[in-house]
Amino acid sequence: MTSLTDRAPRVPAARGGIAQSFADSLVVTKRNLIRMSRIPEMILFGLIQPVMFVILFTYVFGGSMQIGNSTDPDVYKNFLMAGIFAQTVTFATAGAGAGIADDMHKGLIDRFRSLPMSRGAVLTGRTMADLVQTAVTLLVLAVVALIIGWRPGYAAPTNAGKIMLGFALLLLLGYAFTWIGALIGLSVRTPEAATSGGLIWLFPVTFISNAFVDSSKLPGWLQPVAEWNPFSATVQACRKLFGDPGLSPSDAWPMTYPVWASLIYSILIVVVFRTLSVRKYRRADG
Amino acid sequence: MPGAIHAEGLVKTFGDVTALDGVDLDVPEGTVLGLLGPNGAGKTTAVRVLTTLLRPDSGTATVAGVDVLKHPNEVRRSIGLSGQFAAVDEYLTGRENLQMVGQLYQMRSGAAKARAGELLERFHLADAADRPARTYSGGMRRRLDLAAALVVSPPVMFMDEPTTGLDPRNRQALWDVIKELVSGGTTLLLTTQYLEEADHLAHDIAVVDHGKVIARGTSDQLKARTGGERVEVVVHERDAIAPARGILARYGPGGRGLDDVSVEDHTRKLTVPVTGGAKLLAEVIRDLDAVGIEIDDIGLRRPTLDDVFISLTGHAAERARDEENGTGRPPGKDRTNRKEPAA
Repeated sequence: MTSLTDRAPRVPAARGGIAQSFADSLVVTKRNLIRMSRIPEMILFGLIQPVMFVILFTYVFGGSMQIGNSTDPDVYKNFLMAGIFAQTVTFATAGAGAGIADDMHKGLIDRFRSLPMSRGAVLTGRTMADLVQTAVTLLVLAVVALIIGWRPGYAAPTNAGKIMLGFALLLLLGYAFTWIGALIGLSVRTPEAATSGGLIWLFPVTFISNAFVDSSKLPGWLQPVAEWNPFSATVQACRKLFGDPGLSPSDAWPMTYPVWASLIYSILIVVVFRTLSVRKYRRADG
Repeated sequence: MPGAIHAEGLVKTFGDVTALDGVDLDVPEGTVLGLLGPNGAGKTTAVRVLTTLLRPDSGTATVAGVDVLKHPNEVRRSIGLSGQFAAVDEYLTGRENLQMVGQLYQMRSGAAKARAGELLERFHLADAADRPARTYSGGMRRRLDLAAALVVSPPVMFMDEPTTGLDPRNRQALWDVIKELVSGGTTLLLTTQYLEEADHLAHDIAVVDHGKVIARGTSDQLKARTGGERVEVVVHERDAIAPARGILARYGPGGRGLDDVSVEDHTRKLTVPVTGGAKLLAEVIRDLDAVGIEIDDIGLRRPTLDDVFISLTGHAAERARDEENGTGRPPGKDRTNRKEPAA
């Protein structure tokens, strides 16, 4: 009689496994990217914040900071950028958490959960969309950094490949942190709680580190915390790869082999928090 | 042989609230079961269990012959769900929403696109197809939600209060869609608090209250349980109640018993169960007229499902809602409180 039942397509056979998981995640990623593009103010605020940090830190603290033996504001500026980049990518956590908390409280999640789709795709799609947004933010931030005087190779020689690797490590760190945000988003009752819960812990993580100050000048008991902080490893790796000044002189393992440390930390975070998040999503009774 | 939807002994508690207290259901293939009850009765919880969204504490269920608890993903391939909250992404356009759902049913992107176009036409959303869903009216969102549930042609459909909050025109349009689906062979479980809706659409009705099925049968069977037809008379003057009662008693089942006639003094309304239909009504009017009793209103009333509900539960469907909330606001309407047992 009509297209409702007669001509309707039947459900295709499930592809199953990783192929389906990947395809479903891409569909959800696309959904989230369309959403983001229709709420441009979110992207705008996501950009303003790190740009503001760069400018504030450079011009407010720049003159009073000592990096190694130097108090030259130019040295601090070049030292600072890797820290700001890393801080920026980790702040994507809060957005991911709030987005997922918001999704979990809307009717749409019932649609997703009643569809024959991969269980992890709703979360993976969200984190992948956040990764795209983080990459855009990082690109803008890098341009701003170059404009105000960041010069890769300032303290040691570098090349395009190393710089790309540095940004890749930053994006991986950001991706890992969005999975922490996902778990927070799934654990709280409201998107507002996810926003503040997703932000609070980022302050100690990003400040008890080598990002903004020379970690060898921290109180003795705080130094190991900063040196073994996964966040510090990525910052150190970027400084090394970008040829920036102010490498932590520490002989702690993550500071000595920061590229490997950053890679291992980030992958470990993805594995642990993705597993926990997907499990929590499956069990969510809505 | 178990039906397309079959459930036995479903129990689900949320804290100390028992949402489902041993629910058994069976919906034969190609039929409609109306799950009728007030808010908080457990209707939505039952739907959520059957659509794999919620695991029951105990009990078993199969949908389209597949075990809901053991093979939820297999069940998801056979069902469509349309709820009382439009489950669409408000920032995506109608077309994007339907395409996304199609792709998540594992359709190829071209096929999903074609199907989205068809459904948008069919549900009169073609003009709004490329506008974000947040610009849609309530009725349009609901139509989009239903379209999303029909992207593939699921043999089993679940509709949770599909017409709650819809205006009469949209409700009628939705009823037409439901009838069309069922004539195409779809099995449907429909929850509603509108007795009229269950009466109109469902082959079988299960009345739910406090997490239990308290009665089941066809609409006619349920009505028969509350007794057949009744004559209702409203007399003009209070003094006429007593003589009118005497006359009406002759038509009651006992022949003479005044007890057969129920009287509501303040509305001057008398009611007597009768058999004999419309012809009888004329006789009653003649008899009352013969002794000079003036009447304001007279009618032959067939029992509605409202009467059924009141006779089964001792309270009206609407009142039950208010009692449970205090505020009269139905639970589960607020998406931020999803942890509470929904209706």
